[in-house]
Amino acid sequence: MSTTEHNSHNAHSEHSEYIDSDTGKMGMWLFLFTEIFLFGGLFIVYAVMRSKYGEDFHQAALELNAFIGATNTVVLLVSSMTVAMSLTAIQKDQKNLAIGLIFFTILLAGVFLVNKYFEYGHKFSLNLYPGSDVMRNLPHGEIMFFGLYFLMTGLHLFHVVVGGILLTIIIFKIKSGRINKEHFLLHENGALYWHLVDLIWIFLFPLLYLIT
Amino acid sequence: MDNHDSHITSYALNFKVLLVLLILTLTSILVIKFHLGAFTVAMALLLASIKCTIVLTYFMHLKFESLILRLMVGGIFLLFAIIIVITFIDYYFR
Amino acid sequence: MNNQTSTAPLNYLNHQTGLWSWLSSSDHKRIGLLYFYCIVTFFLSAAVLGLLMKIEKVAPGQTIMTAQTYNAMFTLHGIIMIFIVVIPGLAAVFGNLMLPIMIGAKDVAFPKLNLFSFYLFFGGACLALYSQFANGHAPDTGWTFYVPYSAEASSNVVLALTAAFTLGFASILTGLNFIVTIHTMRAPGMTWFRMPLFPWSLYATAWIQLLATPVVGITLLMVIAERTLHVGFFDPKLGGDPVLYQHLFWIYSHPAVYVMILPAMGVVTEIFPTFSQKPVFGYVPIALSSLAIALVGYFVWGHHMFTSGMSYESRWFFSLLTFLVAIPSAIKVFNWLSTMYGGSVDLQPPLLYAISFIFLFTIGGFTGLTLGAVATDIQVHNTDFVVAHFHYIIFGGMGFGFFAAIHYWFPKIYGRLYHIRWANIGWGILFTGFNLLYFPMFIMGIQGMPRRYYDYDPKFQLGQTISTIGAVILFIGLITMISNLIYHAKKGALAPANPWHGVTLEWQIPSPPPHENFDEIPVITKGPYVFDNPYTK
Ligand code: HEM
Ligand SMILES: [Cu+2]
Repeated sequence: MSTTEHNSHNAHSEHSEYIDSDTGKMGMWLFLFTEIFLFGGLFIVYAVMRSKYGEDFHQAALELNAFIGATNTVVLLVSSMTVAMSLTAIQKDQKNLAIGLIFFTILLAGVFLVNKYFEYGHKFSLNLYPGSDVMRNLPHGEIMFFGLYFLMTGLHLFHVVVGGILLTIIIFKIKSGRINKEHFLLHENGALYWHLVDLIWIFLFPLLYLIT
Repeated sequence: MDNHDSHITSYALNFKVLLVLLILTLTSILVIKFHLGAFTVAMALLLASIKCTIVLTYFMHLKFESLILRLMVGGIFLLFAIIIVITFIDYYFR
Repeated sequence: MNNQTSTAPLNYLNHQTGLWSWLSSSDHKRIGLLYFYCIVTFFLSAAVLGLLMKIEKVAPGQTIMTAQTYNAMFTLHGIIMIFIVVIPGLAAVFGNLMLPIMIGAKDVAFPKLNLFSFYLFFGGACLALYSQFANGHAPDTGWTFYVPYSAEASSNVVLALTAAFTLGFASILTGLNFIVTIHTMRAPGMTWFRMPLFPWSLYATAWIQLLATPVVGITLLMVIAERTLHVGFFDPKLGGDPVLYQHLFWIYSHPAVYVMILPAMGVVTEIFPTFSQKPVFGYVPIALSSLAIALVGYFVWGHHMFTSGMSYESRWFFSLLTFLVAIPSAIKVFNWLSTMYGGSVDLQPPLLYAISFIFLFTIGGFTGLTLGAVATDIQVHNTDFVVAHFHYIIFGGMGFGFFAAIHYWFPKIYGRLYHIRWANIGWGILFTGFNLLYFPMFIMGIQGMPRRYYDYDPKFQLGQTISTIGAVILFIGLITMISNLIYHAKKGALAPANPWHGVTLEWQIPSPPPHENFDEIPVITKGPYVFDNPYTK
């Protein structure tokens, strides 16, 4: 039993400063489940609205730039691979390669953001954003479509940023040796999170850009 | 204590997976040119689901995880699908 | 059986001292107590609001408050009671306090995350309060935040929505923690079917917390977007659909009632065997029916929307499934009764509360079926009948389950005994007051008394007055019960390790438990309810 001075925070910290890998990974997966259901709510709205306004959705989707959408899809898929490879690298103790690959992943995230910047910028230049007069005067289905478009991609964008921050932290931890060949739970979880960002986009892309 | 029995996915496999994903993406873009009508969405969703499964299985290492975790992931998607279907019992018949 | 008394010098209550050692502790028991104190405080304040509403209704016409105040009051009362008291309630308090001990672990899987969720909870709770007093009007939408009103009302709805969102997040993280804990931290030899039934119920609960809460999270975000960005998803003027809001809201909020009730069922499932000194009847059915309730509970949300203009097909579908959920619930009731049958029943306060749980829950459950049948629901929807029904379920069920739990584990938590006679008296007053308060509301509801009204037709005078008197009595009961507990937490006689002769793990360690629960992690070789004392054979 601990003494008054004893400052240990939990059962794990007595044995190891690392959380057990299976435990930590399961925690991450469960967290991803909640993310799926978070987006799930929006997908339900999408499904209902689309079933109601198929034709309007069709029209509205023509406004989106499928080329940028496709580019971003490729960017995210490649980044998913590089982050998966970085995990291979750390397991093989190739520290610098791992850092390089994560760095590249973050770079791709940056590309994604720049693309989105232009995409949103274009919409704003047309005065097409939630609450704008232009948008209010569109047919009902198109209002719904653009509302969903902004909310879904916006929430996704937020996840890209969070994922980028997480990956940056991981780079620092690899550098400092906290993440290494033996202990890479955080790295694994960061990669899982990044793949989720990709997964969501895999559905967003066809549903928003490809229904023309 | 941890990570000892982890499976290491080779670089080559990762790369192959990416190729498959890219091909599927290309397919989904090309497929809309064929004007499948009502089946466009079904097709898009089907391809997206395949891609999703591949990412889950290989990139996210589900293939090498415990059975219980795999069941959970499957269950989650099933649950979500059921919720959508039930919602549509309302919208479809309205 | 281990009967050492709590003279052990160091335990989780005193191994570190000072306020900071509490606020920064990741010990699951301390976090449980932090939740406990917060939740009880909020419960009492919201109960006062309930009392005030009842006093308003002692006579027709305006008595002590305006209609607008009444609206704000039932909103705050509902938000506090639902999001701050009952949803976290049993899981966060007694789950935290007891779950790791009952499965033979030293703590939950992620102790720091656990502390973090407490602070999220606390922040959300403060925000909910702040929404009442910040500039502008107190929210008056009701805890359900139905659009279109919630999208247009001029009151502080965004603050209240953010509060509910934050509280939801805290609940998700608690659920996540418990699932991982149960999967990975059970003591050696504790197979799934050697796990006590309170952890089983927490397991089912945690899945609901994890998978349903995000849906309401995104829904509340959408209402915020509706108010700030005018996206219009729920606004018919822009092509949106207000009924869709109700779908999304109830996709969460129906499962949420199982977040409330399942742990309460788990608690009484622990209490019946202990006070009958007899193994629980039908262990496996009880364990699995928790999962069944959680699962089927996902698919019945539409029974809140029978009058909202859903399609005919979905109305009968939801009605049918609602009736199906009654089956696993009934399985549990029969098992509890059979557990007591032929046992040596010792009518201590925890058992009194547990039995009244069955009584009140059954009334609530049967009236729930009345509401689950489309034809009758259309008659009594949005009347006092509904209010009575859900108070019987959440207050009579979850609330009494909570009181049962605190009377059961009090000696373990504080290492002291409360006064049994006073506890019994408190129970008697509470139980009487409860039924006087809510039973008339069933009758008035059937006669057409609408809910959420501060005024009423004089023909309801008698019922309303009885109900108000009941509220006052209930309040006296609450005070009696709580002062007994508060007083004896410090001054009570020292409790032995196992005052009730329970057999689950928490009774095998000293009272109060030491900081890390077990000096040595126990090895489990038998099921959880094996009583080896002479008088059960
Ligand atoms: C302590 C004694 C309590 C009293 C006197 C009381 C009284 C009331 C009253 C008068 C209303 C408003 C009914 C209406 O006009 O529609 C109400 C609503 C409500 N109560 Fe209670 N209540 C009590 C305890 C509880 C508890 C323990 C819970 C939950 C665990 C709870 C949950 C609710 C909810 C969710 C509503 C609905 C609010 C709304 O309509 O938006 N109450 N209660
Ligand atoms: Cu319900």
